[in-house]
Amino acid sequence: SAPPLYDVVVSGGGMVGSAMAAVLGHDIHFHDKKIALLEAGPRKEYDHMPESYSNRVSSISPGSATLLSSCGAWDHVCSLRLKPFRRMQVWDACSEAMIVFEKDDLDDMGYIVENDVIMSALTKQLDAVADRVEVFYRSKAVGYTWPLPSHGCDTSPWVQVELADGRRLQTKLLIGADGHNSMVRKEAEIKNIEHQYDQSAVVATLHLSEATDNNVAWQRFLPTGPIALLPLSDTASSLVWSTSHDHASELLAMDEESFVDSINSAFWSNVNHSDFIDSAGAMFRSAISLLKPSGTAVRQLPPSVAKVDPESRATFPLGVGHATEYVQHRVALIGDAAHRVHPLAGQGVNLGFGDIACLAHHLSAAAFNGSDLGSLKHLLKFETERQRHNVSLIAATDVLKRLYSTTLTPLVLLRTWGLQATNALPPVKVRI
Amino acid sequence: QLSLFRFTVKRPFSTSHSSVDSKEMKKFQLLAHKWWDEEGEYAALHSMNDIRVPFIRDTLLSMSSNYHLGNPLSGIKILDVGCGGGLLSEPLGRLGASVTGIDPVEDNIRTADRHKSFDPVLAKRIQYKSSSLEEIVEESMETFDVIVASEVVEHVADLETFIKCCSQVLKPEGSLFITTINKTQLSYVLGIVVAEKIMGIVPEGTHEWEKFVPPEELERLLESSGFSVKSVNGMLYNPLSGCWSWVGSTSLNYAVHAVKSAAPAHSHATDTLPGTDIPQRSGTAGTAG
Repeated sequence: SAPPLYDVVVSGGGMVGSAMAAVLGHDIHFHDKKIALLEAGPRKEYDHMPESYSNRVSSISPGSATLLSSCGAWDHVCSLRLKPFRRMQVWDACSEAMIVFEKDDLDDMGYIVENDVIMSALTKQLDAVADRVEVFYRSKAVGYTWPLPSHGCDTSPWVQVELADGRRLQTKLLIGADGHNSMVRKEAEIKNIEHQYDQSAVVATLHLSEATDNNVAWQRFLPTGPIALLPLSDTASSLVWSTSHDHASELLAMDEESFVDSINSAFWSNVNHSDFIDSAGAMFRSAISLLKPSGTAVRQLPPSVAKVDPESRATFPLGVGHATEYVQHRVALIGDAAHRVHPLAGQGVNLGFGDIACLAHHLSAAAFNGSDLGSLKHLLKFETERQRHNVSLIAATDVLKRLYSTTLTPLVLLRTWGLQATNALPPVKVRI
Repeated sequence: QLSLFRFTVKRPFSTSHSSVDSKEMKKFQLLAHKWWDEEGEYAALHSMNDIRVPFIRDTLLSMSSNYHLGNPLSGIKILDVGCGGGLLSEPLGRLGASVTGIDPVEDNIRTADRHKSFDPVLAKRIQYKSSSLEEIVEESMETFDVIVASEVVEHVADLETFIKCCSQVLKPEGSLFITTINKTQLSYVLGIVVAEKIMGIVPEGTHEWEKFVPPEELERLLESSGFSVKSVNGMLYNPLSGCWSWVGSTSLNYAVHAVKSAAPAHSHATDTLPGTDIPQRSGTAGTAG
């Protein structure tokens, strides 16, 4: 007999894949549909979080929070733990240039949430729609068979999925949420433009010297790469330090005291300043304050770090990638499977959640029109909308990464003036 | 050749009042296997689903008080006349309706049956039959809640008989949805010359301008057969975008929604089949839509 037929199969049960399945499962027009989620790993759920923080955290934008709210997951996140931040200070190690992001109404700009918390919340919400969404844990997809063009043939028009344990599924639409090494993308023969950065990210959980409101996210661009301090609580912050592979290995190998010293020095030291840049920067700043008195913000000082959580240091390589197509007949890619970005903009998972909001919108409308869910007609609308949004952001992030990876004076001057000007111009800042 | 068609369609007796035109049947027979190529000869019909399905769905929802947005047409029995390869039957089936699709061309029914067979939900909800409308009247008196005749009336031989048959198989206060082409100079130029001969939007020879139906005539025939016309809306196809939209003018394509008048007071009350969503209203024809 034929393998079971699903309306949608989501391959990959990470934050993005799970959220996709949860959002569709909570969509009223999917009330009678059958959805499957394939996850190679085990089920992840916490009733309460362990005392220590996980070293993998994400910066969640208000838009992403809204999406998680729409499927009921945000309430669970709030009841586990998260840290809202109100302000973002970004500055250059080679100059005094700084840019501060702050919402006028003192609203939250974003939230720092451990990835495990998001996963746990999504697992709960998937349970809530178990009559529509079937989750296959410890089930890795090992092969996909694509249908021939549907007209005039007698073979199955659906996508065939083969699991590691030999079980088979059929689906009208396959959504690939299986990360930057996406197997769905490779099997669909969708070309991926990718580049491995000569950088790795070092993550760790840090304890501050003294308790503070800690509602500011800090990022400083060093010549070797950006270092970011993301608030977790009044006394703890998460480190994301993008640097060369060698330096990353050093940071992991050194003793805890030296590690903490390196971090503090990275945030506080002015060794990379040059008099020339400093005077040029100061001159530009006075020019701006003549034209626009409120255009220079007060520089706050980042907190100093006292201790690092043992066992919390880890590193992973960084790269950039973008799929030339997000969709094909009966296939759609979302999240890192479609696009991979440098963490410096704190955008990674938010792009994935944006993909979900867009795809779910189009699939919901298609379901309410009685359309074949795998039809390219509405899948292409999703692709166009998201590529338009994602490409400019990924390109800009890549440019920023390269621009800030140098100490060459002309480029430092350029980015110094650029940052100062951007800080002074409300319209540009709001768009960011 | 006529006898060959009699054999394949299994018409038991000659029908001088048949609404089926044998020349028309032959045209569609040749293209029976092309129905489901979304970018092929029937691309414009596939694309038309984007406006005709919401039109049917929303009209029926607005007339019903008891529905679930996850299964909006659940419990509604629909007859799709001239269903072809099932392009319109399938979306209606996906929305929960029980659909009977009829078409005189057997190859079309074969294609439709094969296409729905891969989806167990659709296979159960949709039944196809190779038949003309007249042939099912006797066994289907007042059986259907809704009839859709999309892009069909411009191909029938006898429109008045066709409409009368629709009335016979439709329940009182049931809905009839028709989409067709107006008979104007514009529809000759754009609908035949440009669409068929120049741009190939429609396979050449599909339409005969003589058989196009002006909305006024269609309305007249409907009203005189016991229907109340509720809405007439113009439709326009943009060949560059491949999309249909609603427009003010009915000079080219248009859609009609008509409702069969309620049962007269002295006849016995019609049984409502379980699960029907359309509320029974007593009183005269011309109920608010």
